[in-house]
Amino acid sequence: MRSYVPAYELRAPESLEAALELLEREPDVWKPLAGGTDLMVLFEAGKLTHRKFLSIWKLSELKGIEVTPEHVTLGALTTYTQAQAHAVLQREFSLLCQAARETGGIATQNRGTLAGNIVNGSPAADSPPALLVYDPQIELVSARGSRWVPYHGFHTGYKTMVLRPEEIIRRIRLPRTKQGWGQYYRKVGTRKAQAISKVCFAGSAQMQHNTIRDIRIALGSVAPIVLRCVRNIAALRSQKVSAGAFAAAKETLAQEITPIDDMRSTAAYRLRVAQNLLEEFLLQLQNNGGDESHRGLAAAES
Amino acid sequence: MPDRANKVEITCTVNGETHSFKAYPMARLLDVLRQELRLTGTKEGCGEGECGACSVWIDGEIANSCLVPVLQVAGSEIKTIEGIATGEQLHAVQEAFISCGGAQCGICTPGMVMAAVNLLERTPRPSETEIRMGLAGNLCRCTGYMKIFEAVVRACQATGVKV
Amino acid sequence: MKKHLIGRPVPRKEGRAKVTGQARYVDDLVFPGILYGATVRSRVARGRIKGISFGEGIPWHEFTIVTAKDIPGENYVALIAHDQPYLADGVVNHSEEPVVLLAHPEKYLLEEARRAVQLEIEPLRPTFTIEDSLSKKEIIWGEDNVFKSYSVEKGNVDEVWARADFIVEGEYRTGAQEQLYIETNGMIAVAIPEKGVTVWGSMQCPYYVHKALMALFGLPADKVRVIQSETGGGFGGKEEYPSMIAGHAALLAWKSGKPVKIIYDRAEDMAATTKRHPSRTRHRTAVSKDGKLLGMEIDFVIDGGAYTTLSPVVLSRGTIHAPGPYSCPNVRIRSRAVATNAPPHGAFRGFGAPQSIFALERHLNRVARAIGLTPEEFRQRNFIQPGQTTATGQVIRENVNMNHLLERALALSDYHAKTARFARENSGQRRKKGMGFASFMHGAGFTGSGEQYLASVVELEATPQGRVRVLAASTEIGQGTNTIFSQIAADALGLDYDSIEILKPDTASVPNSGPTVASRTCMVVGKLVEAAALGLKQTLVGSGFLQEGYTPAGFERACKRYIESHGPLKSSSQYQPPPGIHWDDATYYGDAYGTYAWAVYVAEVTVDTVTFETEVNDFVAVQEVGKVIHPVLAAGQIEGGVAQAIGYALYENVVWNEGRMLNSQMTNYIMPTAVDVPPIRVFFEELPYSYGPAGAKGLGELPMDGAAPAIVNAIENATGVSIHHIPVMPESLMEALAVTEKAVERA
Repeated sequence: MRSYVPAYELRAPESLEAALELLEREPDVWKPLAGGTDLMVLFEAGKLTHRKFLSIWKLSELKGIEVTPEHVTLGALTTYTQAQAHAVLQREFSLLCQAARETGGIATQNRGTLAGNIVNGSPAADSPPALLVYDPQIELVSARGSRWVPYHGFHTGYKTMVLRPEEIIRRIRLPRTKQGWGQYYRKVGTRKAQAISKVCFAGSAQMQHNTIRDIRIALGSVAPIVLRCVRNIAALRSQKVSAGAFAAAKETLAQEITPIDDMRSTAAYRLRVAQNLLEEFLLQLQNNGGDESHRGLAAAES
Repeated sequence: MPDRANKVEITCTVNGETHSFKAYPMARLLDVLRQELRLTGTKEGCGEGECGACSVWIDGEIANSCLVPVLQVAGSEIKTIEGIATGEQLHAVQEAFISCGGAQCGICTPGMVMAAVNLLERTPRPSETEIRMGLAGNLCRCTGYMKIFEAVVRACQATGVKV
Repeated sequence: MKKHLIGRPVPRKEGRAKVTGQARYVDDLVFPGILYGATVRSRVARGRIKGISFGEGIPWHEFTIVTAKDIPGENYVALIAHDQPYLADGVVNHSEEPVVLLAHPEKYLLEEARRAVQLEIEPLRPTFTIEDSLSKKEIIWGEDNVFKSYSVEKGNVDEVWARADFIVEGEYRTGAQEQLYIETNGMIAVAIPEKGVTVWGSMQCPYYVHKALMALFGLPADKVRVIQSETGGGFGGKEEYPSMIAGHAALLAWKSGKPVKIIYDRAEDMAATTKRHPSRTRHRTAVSKDGKLLGMEIDFVIDGGAYTTLSPVVLSRGTIHAPGPYSCPNVRIRSRAVATNAPPHGAFRGFGAPQSIFALERHLNRVARAIGLTPEEFRQRNFIQPGQTTATGQVIRENVNMNHLLERALALSDYHAKTARFARENSGQRRKKGMGFASFMHGAGFTGSGEQYLASVVELEATPQGRVRVLAASTEIGQGTNTIFSQIAADALGLDYDSIEILKPDTASVPNSGPTVASRTCMVVGKLVEAAALGLKQTLVGSGFLQEGYTPAGFERACKRYIESHGPLKSSSQYQPPPGIHWDDATYYGDAYGTYAWAVYVAEVTVDTVTFETEVNDFVAVQEVGKVIHPVLAAGQIEGGVAQAIGYALYENVVWNEGRMLNSQMTNYIMPTAVDVPPIRVFFEELPYSYGPAGAKGLGELPMDGAAPAIVNAIENATGVSIHHIPVMPESLMEALAVTEKAVERA
């Protein structure tokens, strides 16, 4: 434990209202702490520069999953375990469930939250690419009220986002508009479980025969933020899925992503693998046209 | 001298017993268990939530206690390895670890047993894949995992269906 | 007579304590008034210490501070050479070198203080690679950067090249590997200058620590006491390093007058303690067109890091294992251990053999291909037979049959059918499958005259209640020492398993049975346990208190009566070399090891050409190991060793930057999880070795030697890509595949 633990304050407000009031009263002083699976790792390493934390872990206002005909709305504190267990999420938002299943081990999944993952802002996070594919809206609340923002655009740069210091994420709203879309998610990590991703790919497409009517593509670990590939989306809409389309899409991807060399992997590897995953996604669309998520762990079962 | 926050009073249940103590709110649950409560069965292997040697149950869910600030377990029920056996009677998983050779150096064993018991409570008849994934958060350097898998299977068989 | 325990899966002696969390490892031990200790280390790989400053805001008067000038005795860690200081004195030679020690009652404040100590170091030019060290551009150690060199000559290798039908060359490299025991290094020390020093901690070799502390403090043997606490894994990583951390804790205890506990966190343990020696092996091999080895020339170099530590011995084992289980009339091996400014490398299971065997088993596949033989055909034509000699001139007297082991391993893994099927099915597939194997051996016990030099002793003592205590310095570190010693003693005495107690290794109470290393604990020390047990029985029978054919109850009565009449009932046994073993250290010639375990390992892999990841789908490990004392423990050793070797081959990459390990976290240094390991299928053959207990040989390190080359051979079979280094990361497999594809395109 490389931090000076006595210097850190942690308070557990009784309600969301109390938490927001404190954030409003003392701007930039308090940071919300949820399950701790990211922040406590920094703490152990002596790298947690902030000193005062608000525990929002037990706030009931931030929990729960609500289903309406148009939306599935997840409370900010929805854990990976809870996401995986939800029947509607499994059926209609399977990539999110798959991402949750591949995040850490079960102990991490029990404490890690979707909002915590978003706010941590790591470009290597596993759920955000899956989320981006579903066009979610994020509800941000403060003492002064709430606002909804599209998740696409929430991250503005490496570890920067539109969230203001006095705001907390309250809900993540997923529109139920992708039923019947072909779905694909693949995380390539340092090993099969408990791994930080080197490249993470999420894709979804609405097919009509062999033509892409609409498509979403998002990647992690290839840019300073989790990236929605707008250029490829634009380029692939209304395209027939063909070998020529694959080559062009891979080239467009190379223009759109900016992978780097780091301790875990290389830019060349990330680029090549991202292109291969894109191709694998498009091939799957070509072969199935329907709803089938790639399961990276299927290899272990075969 | 660096500034110090105040310790706070925390009450929680550990292995069925209520405990009240003062602790820094961001102190790791792992350290509080080991030092304050002298329950040294839970181990530190990495401090990063990677190895699972610090696994405990919090309100029935398995968690890495090295990543839990103790303030967050106020009012919670915690179970550690010391609470798995019932007096002298070992849990079926513990018996199986002994008979199958699932423990070598033993340092990962408390966390591994916590994970295995938790797995069997959620999934009484796990498939091989479910066993592997259920234990994916617990690293063992000695066994290569083979005899740990055997121990989990043996524990299922020993008790019929539900453990 | 009692039913035998040897060969049966009796429960682990300390198993119950381990599964209930009651086993006490060093960090579980509580001492009143204890201080916590921390180490301030150089961040510069090589340089001169210009100053040490203590920053503001820390109540330094509350701290115990130790530097080199506080050392009462000698400032070196006694091992082979005396070149590694406990605390840097004027110069630093690696970026984790200890310079200042701190102690304080509060752990949290100790960390703040550690951060506040500034070392001013004027950098000198460091050396980080084998090539740079050999070039002698900069002399960083001794006169020529070479810790040790060996030369082995058999026949006349210089005259084979002219008459060879094929000459095949290759260069192979292996990286550093971290032992990654789940319990980090830790020690507790109590030191009172007039009375002496006592340490408790995680360790493999209490007497190594004992010897080192004697020199550090200038104390006689009876004023130093070393006690092993339950140890959470070692794998060699706690062979010599504990002497360093014990000395540090003891120095702080000496100066403060209080007990001191030092426990490394994972980041410090990974970065600062020893790792497996990186290696470079060059092979040049002459073969005839009918596939017979005519000559082998091998150049083997290991990177020892900044100080000697165990490099001479690692080099020795790597050298002797370099030509493998083959018969070759002309062999030259030239080997060197060189210095670099990395933290010193040290013991890790296999101890030089995994490095040189990787090179050999990759190279021989290349040789086979050059001649147009399959890898297995080539091995079959060259396996060493009983009566033939090794490169060091050792005549193989045991009934080894490598051809049989190979056939069995290939059958069990369905090697031929799968190889054929994969060859048919791989084309056009994104996931390509392949099979690969490695054939190898591992010498048990210390090399050459090492065991004689150790002169290990074991004592047994009986109590009036008829319980028998085994007194040995051999440590339980998970491999099953306590259990097999109990089985061996119980069988030799005709007693129940529970009648045998294994005393905790404590240098005040147990004799020196040598270090717990070199796959010797069962074969060498277990034999001494057996002999001492038989000696105990002989004493009782000879005294008239016991008749042959006795029951355990009769034994108990006899002990009671003996002790009442004669006093303590003890026996001891000291190592005697098996007859006919001759080794010449000067010429490096003769019987290198009393016996070898022999093995063939087979790996089935899938290479995903989308992600360039390799997964191992099935693993077969066939080995001949003499008598298997405990089938579950023995299989556990093979399974665990194979898993570590899979890590060595595919996952465990140490990322270096300016001589520092960058990825010193479990998040970034990758070992296999429960999802990553294949089924590891273990098969034993037993040819009893007369000088092992009940015929047992050593097997603890064997599994580390063969898995990596088997896997990389399988990758080549799957993809056509020949990789000459490990670990094979997906990034480098991608590059290698691209090169191969380009070559194919051009062809």
